[in-house]
Amino acid sequence: MAKKSGTRSEAAPKAKPKLLPKEYKSHVKPTWCPGCGDFGVLASLYQAMSKLELDPANTVVVSGIGCSSRLPFFVRTYGFQTAHGRVLPVATGVKIANPDLTVIAVGGDGDGFSIGGGHMAHAVRRNPDITYVVMDNEVYGLTKGQTSPTSPLGFQTKSTPYGSSDAPINPMAWALASGVSFAARGFSGEPKHVTDLIVEGIQHPGFAFIQTMSPCPTFYNTFDLWRPRIEQLPEGHDPTDRTQAMAQAFRGDAIPVGVFYRELRPTLESHTRVTDHPLREGARDYDVRALLEIYR
Amino acid sequence: MIVDTLLIRMGGESGIDNAISAGDVLTRSVARSGYHVHTFRTYPAEIKGGPVMFQLRAGVRRVPSLGDKMDVLLAFNEEAWDLHHKALRPDGILIYDPGEHDAPAGFQGTAYGIPLDRMARDLNLRKGKNLVALGALTALVGLDFPMLQATVKDMYGKKRPQFIESNRMALLAGYQWVKDNISEELPLRLAPPDTTHKPELVMSGNRAIVAGALAAGCRYFAGYPITPASDILEEMARRLPEVGGATLQTEDEIAAIASVVGASIAGVKAMTATSGPGFSLMQEMLGLATMAEVPLVVVNSMRAGPSTGMPTKMEQADLNIALYGGHGEAPRITLAARSVEDCFYQAMQAFYLSETFQMPVILLTDQSLSHRTETLPMPNPDLVPVVERLRPAADEAEDYQRYRLTESGISPMGIPGFDATPFTATGLEHDESGAPNYTPDMHTAQLDKRGQKFEIAAEALCGLEPPLGCISYGVPEEDAEVGVLAWGSTAGAVREAVEEMAAEGYPVAALVPAVINPLPSDRILDFARGLKAVIAPEVNRTGQFAAWVKAHTELHLISLNKYGGLPFTPQEIRAKVMEFLVAEPVKPAPESESVEEVAHG
Repeated sequence: MAKKSGTRSEAAPKAKPKLLPKEYKSHVKPTWCPGCGDFGVLASLYQAMSKLELDPANTVVVSGIGCSSRLPFFVRTYGFQTAHGRVLPVATGVKIANPDLTVIAVGGDGDGFSIGGGHMAHAVRRNPDITYVVMDNEVYGLTKGQTSPTSPLGFQTKSTPYGSSDAPINPMAWALASGVSFAARGFSGEPKHVTDLIVEGIQHPGFAFIQTMSPCPTFYNTFDLWRPRIEQLPEGHDPTDRTQAMAQAFRGDAIPVGVFYRELRPTLESHTRVTDHPLREGARDYDVRALLEIYR
Repeated sequence: MIVDTLLIRMGGESGIDNAISAGDVLTRSVARSGYHVHTFRTYPAEIKGGPVMFQLRAGVRRVPSLGDKMDVLLAFNEEAWDLHHKALRPDGILIYDPGEHDAPAGFQGTAYGIPLDRMARDLNLRKGKNLVALGALTALVGLDFPMLQATVKDMYGKKRPQFIESNRMALLAGYQWVKDNISEELPLRLAPPDTTHKPELVMSGNRAIVAGALAAGCRYFAGYPITPASDILEEMARRLPEVGGATLQTEDEIAAIASVVGASIAGVKAMTATSGPGFSLMQEMLGLATMAEVPLVVVNSMRAGPSTGMPTKMEQADLNIALYGGHGEAPRITLAARSVEDCFYQAMQAFYLSETFQMPVILLTDQSLSHRTETLPMPNPDLVPVVERLRPAADEAEDYQRYRLTESGISPMGIPGFDATPFTATGLEHDESGAPNYTPDMHTAQLDKRGQKFEIAAEALCGLEPPLGCISYGVPEEDAEVGVLAWGSTAGAVREAVEEMAAEGYPVAALVPAVINPLPSDRILDFARGLKAVIAPEVNRTGQFAAWVKAHTELHLISLNKYGGLPFTPQEIRAKVMEFLVAEPVKPAPESESVEEVAHG
C-alpha cells in the first residue's frame, strides 16, 4: 500500500522507496480489447509516474466515460471516473481544492471533444496545472463503433450508414486556439515517446494537453493507416511559436508527434483568488460573527 | 392615526427614478432606527427601462411577510400609479410628482403632490429625486430623519464623497417641503420602535445563505450567473478569498457543479447556487455525487418556470425536480428555507447533513426570499454542529475499502493528500473497493447502503426542533381546528395570518417543516391529528408539496395554489382558513392563567 509520506495526515514525512512502474498497477484488470492502443498509453503513464516518483496518495487521475475513461481503475492512485464529458471541470475542482496534488485527466475523443467539448476551451484558457491525456481513436468504442468528433468525413458506421456528414474536429488546433500553455501529440505505438511527453506534461506548470493517437483494433483499426504517417515534428520546430505550432496542427501530409507548443503563464491556482495551500485548511478557527457585523 | 406596521411602496422607471436604491437606503435607515423590516421588489428582466417597484414594510414587532394593502404609495410617474393603486388602501397616502402627472381623479385617500424632480434639479442633482422623496416620506410618516441622513452618508459617502453635501441638501429639501407646505395633521404615523425587541441585523436571503455556508466551513464555490442566484456567486467571490477559500465562475452550470464535486473529492466543503434552468443542467452531476457518495450543497433559488420562465418572479415549482430529478434511485436530502434568518441556519444544516451522510443536499429558496431584505436577530452559529465527513482511521490503510458495507451505510472517505488510502470513485455501480461491479448482489447491496444512509438521516431529522426543524405558529396544536401546512418562504405569510387569527381567538395552527426530504411524516401526522382541515398553500399550480405529503402520510391536504409569480399575502391565507372555520372566535384566555400549560403542544 501507499506510504503515508507525502500526505498531510502524518507529522513527519518518511523517505519512501521509488515505486516501479508495475507498482502503480491496481488490482483491477483492464477491460480493453486485446491490442487496444490504450494499453500503450497506460504503460506510458505507469512509466511516467515511476519516473516522477509520484506518491499514489497525492495523485488523482480523473476521467469521464468511455473505453479510455476506464483508465483510473487500473492505476493505484486516487482516481475519479466522473460522468460523460465532465472530466475537465471535475479535475479543475480537485486542483483548485488542493494545488499540492498531481492531477491527471484522461479520456477519449468523444468524451473530450463531443459531449465534453463545451468545457475544453475553458479548462484550457484557465490554465490549471492539470495534465490532460486524450486517447484519440477517432471512433466510439464502448458503444460499439459509431462515428466520433474526430472521425473522417464520410466515415461509415452503424450510426452513419451513408457516411458521416460532419468534418472532423482538429483537437490540436482547437487547444492551441484556446490558449493552451502546453500541447503535445504522441502515438500509442511509441510508448517511450508518450512516456516522455507525459513526464514533460506533468512537469509543465499549467494545463498540458497531450493528444495520443490510440487506435481501436475492434471498430476502427488505424494502426497500419497511421503508423507510416507518424513522424516527429520537423527539426527546428520552435515550440514557443504558436503560429508554427498551428501550422503543424493543420499538416495533411503526416501526423506529426512531439511537443507542439509550450509557454509559461500563470496557472489558475496561482491566481490571487486561490490560495497556495489546500482550501480545506482555510476552514479552521473561523467565526462568522465578524462577517455578520457588517449587516448591523 | 398611529400604526404598528407601515407598508410603503415606491414605483418608477428602471434606470431613471432609482426607486430600488431609494428603497435600500430607506430599509437600512428604518432598521437602524430600531424597526423590523421586510422588503419586496419587482424589476424587469431588461437592464434599463421598464417599471420597477420596491416595497418596504416596517413594524414595531417582527414583520414576517410582505403584507397586504399598502399604506403609502410613492409614484415617481403615472405608470406607477396605474400599476399599483389597486393595492393602495382607500384611505392611504399617495406621494406623486406634479411635474409628471396630475393628482389621480377619484382617489379617496390623501394625495401629496411634491415637485420631486424640480427640487432635485434646483440642487443640480440630476438623479436626486429619490432622495428628495425619501426626505419627504420620512417627514410624512414620522420616521427618523437624522438616521436617514446618516444612512445616506454611510452608504454613498465613501463611493461618491463629492455628493455628500448635495445628497444632504436633497434629503433636507424633501423634508423641509413637508414642514413648510403641510400644516394639517398627518394622517398616518408609525409608532416609535420597541426598544426591548430591537432587530440586530438587516440582510437579504442570499447574503444569509453565504454567511451560513461560510460558518459551516464552505471554502469552495463555483457558479454560473443566473437570476436570482447571481448575488450568491458575487458575494462568495468577494468573501471566500478573505477566509482562505476560492470561487470560480464557470462556463456553465454543469461545469460549476462538476468542479464542486471535484473540490469535495479533494476534501473541501463546496457549494454551488443556481436557479431552475441551471438546476435542470445539474441533474447528472447530482446523480454522480449520490453514486460516488460525494458531499456537496446545491442552492436552487426558484423562479417561475418552466424553461426560462419569468427570471425575476418567484415560484415554488422546483420541488419535484429537487425530489425526483435525475435518473435511477438517488434520494437527496432537500431543505427549504423559510425566512432570511432561516437561510443562515439551513445553509449550515445543509453542510452538516451533506458531510455526515456523504451525499448531495439541496437547499431550496426562491426569488422573493433571495432578494428581499429582512431584519433578524444575530444568528447563533453554535446551534448547528459543524462536522466533517468520516475519515479512515490510521490503521485502516492496509485493507481500505471506500464503499465498505456498514450498518449505517456510512463508510470512511479518504482525502487525497491527507489520507494514504487511494481509491477510485465512480458513477458506475461498484464493489466495496470502488471497482466496477454489475452483479445483482452488489447492486442490491450498494443501493441498500445508499438508501440506508438516507433512512438514518430520516430518523435523525424527524424530531428536529426550531430553528433547524419544524416551526409551528398559532394556537397550541391540540386546540386547533384548522391547520396550515406550508413550506419555504410561504412560511412568512402563513405565520402572520395564523398568529393574527390565533390572537383574535380563532383555533388555527400552522406547521412549517424545513426538511422536505426526508419528510418528517410522524411530526406532520401528529400535527394533523384531530384537525378538521389542513390547508397547504404553495406557489405552484399542481400542489407539489401536497402530493409529496400525501405520498408519505396519506393525508389529503386542501391545496391553496397561487401561480402568478408573486408570493402569498397573509390575507389570502386568512381567507382560505376562514372557509373551514365555522366556530366564532374564542377570546384568548387572560394572561394570568398558567401560560406554561397552554404553551405545550
